[in-house]
Amino acid sequence: MRVRLRLYVSGNAPNSARAIANAKTICIEHFDTRCDLEIIDLLAQPLRALADGIVVTPTLVRLLPLPVQKIVGNLSDTSQVLLALADA
Amino acid sequence: MKNYSQQSAVTKLPTGIQGFDEITGGGLPAGRTSLILGGPGCGKTVFALQTLVNGAQKHKEAGLFVAFEESTRQIIANASTFGWDLPALEKRKLFFLDARLAPEVVRSGDFDLNGMLALLEAKARALNARRIVFDGIDVLLGLLDDEVKERREVYRIRDWLAKTGLTAMITQKVGPEEDHRYSFLQFMVDCVVVLRHQVVDGSAFRHLRVMKYRGSGFAGDEFPISLTSDGLQLTNRGPSELIYEVSDERVSTGLARLDHMLRGGYHRGSNVLISGAPGTAKSTLSGLFAQAACTRGERTLYVSFDEGANQIVRNLRSVGIDLGPHLTSGLLGMYSTRTRGPNIEDQFADLRARVRAHSPRCLVIDPLSALSTKMSHLASADSAQQFLDFLKGDGITVVNTSLMDGLKTDEATATGISTIADTWIHLSYVVQDGERNRALTIVKSRGTGHSNQVRELTLSDEGVSLTDVFMAQGKALMGVARWEWEQEERAAQERTKVASELKRLQLQVAQAEAVARLQVVQTEINARTAEMSVLALATGSATRLLKSDQEVLRKLRHGDAEPVKTRMAVKAARRRRNGHAKTH
Repeated sequence: MRVRLRLYVSGNAPNSARAIANAKTICIEHFDTRCDLEIIDLLAQPLRALADGIVVTPTLVRLLPLPVQKIVGNLSDTSQVLLALADA
Repeated sequence: MKNYSQQSAVTKLPTGIQGFDEITGGGLPAGRTSLILGGPGCGKTVFALQTLVNGAQKHKEAGLFVAFEESTRQIIANASTFGWDLPALEKRKLFFLDARLAPEVVRSGDFDLNGMLALLEAKARALNARRIVFDGIDVLLGLLDDEVKERREVYRIRDWLAKTGLTAMITQKVGPEEDHRYSFLQFMVDCVVVLRHQVVDGSAFRHLRVMKYRGSGFAGDEFPISLTSDGLQLTNRGPSELIYEVSDERVSTGLARLDHMLRGGYHRGSNVLISGAPGTAKSTLSGLFAQAACTRGERTLYVSFDEGANQIVRNLRSVGIDLGPHLTSGLLGMYSTRTRGPNIEDQFADLRARVRAHSPRCLVIDPLSALSTKMSHLASADSAQQFLDFLKGDGITVVNTSLMDGLKTDEATATGISTIADTWIHLSYVVQDGERNRALTIVKSRGTGHSNQVRELTLSDEGVSLTDVFMAQGKALMGVARWEWEQEERAAQERTKVASELKRLQLQVAQAEAVARLQVVQTEINARTAEMSVLALATGSATRLLKSDQEVLRKLRHGDAEPVKTRMAVKAARRRRNGHAKTH
């Protein structure tokens, strides 16, 4: 069961940097090779936020498995993240 | 009101909201941030959105609207009541961003607005936007549940705004108690506008107050505002100095005789008060004025708080005034409504909007006093004056009727209109000898000499007329009493005529007698004169006879040439000389 994640960040702002690190850690530790993580930098592609409905950064979106799940924040609370990602 | 635009070092961006730009001397601070505070339903979103729309429509300035609380669809739908064509503006001038975070969204750790600001910056550049609104920012900040983090984001926005140079408005909901959490916002921004909304006697009263404006003077009072069909506007403050053009032109009152009494009619652009008890034909005079205006081809608006349009037209037709054709042609507009609650600010704002929509040159408000009876709010007391000033500024001639039983000054000053009316006509009833007749008086008319006499106003199928009133023994008579008096006057004149004729004949007789007597005396004089002549003749001939006799006697006695001159002869000669002068 592949997990597809997309993380929207804003450059290397503090929250964004932490989110990237946290996301990678969670991926490796909990989903191993089943995890696909894509990182979108909204500072480079600002209009993506409009297209994808992103309000705050960082925002982690689980694209697969459905339904789509959104988690906002720098992902420092790992248990919350896992809970949300576990929701099917 | 002072001119605040002189007192500032800050460039200002006009909001286009009527009255607001005046009290701030130009609008909101350009390139800076303003905070709009208020409780729910106060009109914060409307204020902000209206500024954006005005900027787009009037100044071709693009704007961004970031909605944190309501959906953008909802905001656009709500705004359709104001007649702003948002969908059209959305295409090229306005960008709406739905920035709501679902309340059940999963949160893990801290977040920020960097991404959103990056998006907004891209959009601002694309549209070349000047203005931006952050509507309901407290909703988003509340999700951070850490005051320090909230403040950090607000400063982030502020710095971003400084970088982009946009003129920003942030709206924030405040509860009835001071909300300490967001009070720091007020210190951070350059301008704070507070909106307030309260319900008194079932009517909504809205106010606006500029609480702070860095770098500029401003009017700090609380101003009443109205939500009209065009949007938000300040309702009570017109120009502080009464400057408007005055005209010498006259407009007909609709009644020829009344025009004559006013030396031509009402002044163009003036306001007229027609007062009187119920049934005294105030509406009729208003109808005459409207008819005359329409006949001249001038757009007219008839506002009625008493009767519906059809009823008014029908009633006027019964006295020969037909407004029907003018209604059909569109020259005449009729607006009938009831007064609603104590907030007459809103109603004057509504009237103002209707006047702007119809663009009349002549206006009737029947009766204006309907609005004065509902005044329970202090601020509404001078709104009638403000409205009339507005009309004067536009050069609209207005006839107001007012329900008044007598000329009692305390009633007349209820709206203060009697003092600001340029012409005041009062209608009353005169009850006399079992009859009720209508009387018309011109109480005052500024800028015109006018007749100060009472006239009788008669209404009939043939129309309306104004007739003279009989003054008899210091009383004014009308109706049947007047007719009776006229008859009596006529009879009295007849009698006088006959009496004087008689007198003339009598004098003629006396004169004839005197002449006759004069004749008699004259005849006597003639007789006496004749006698005197006879006497003189006789005396003269006697004297001559004596002289010739003496001559004969001398000749007979002496035949001498020279008579003997004795003393006796001298005396006799002297006697003869004197005898001529005497008459015995």
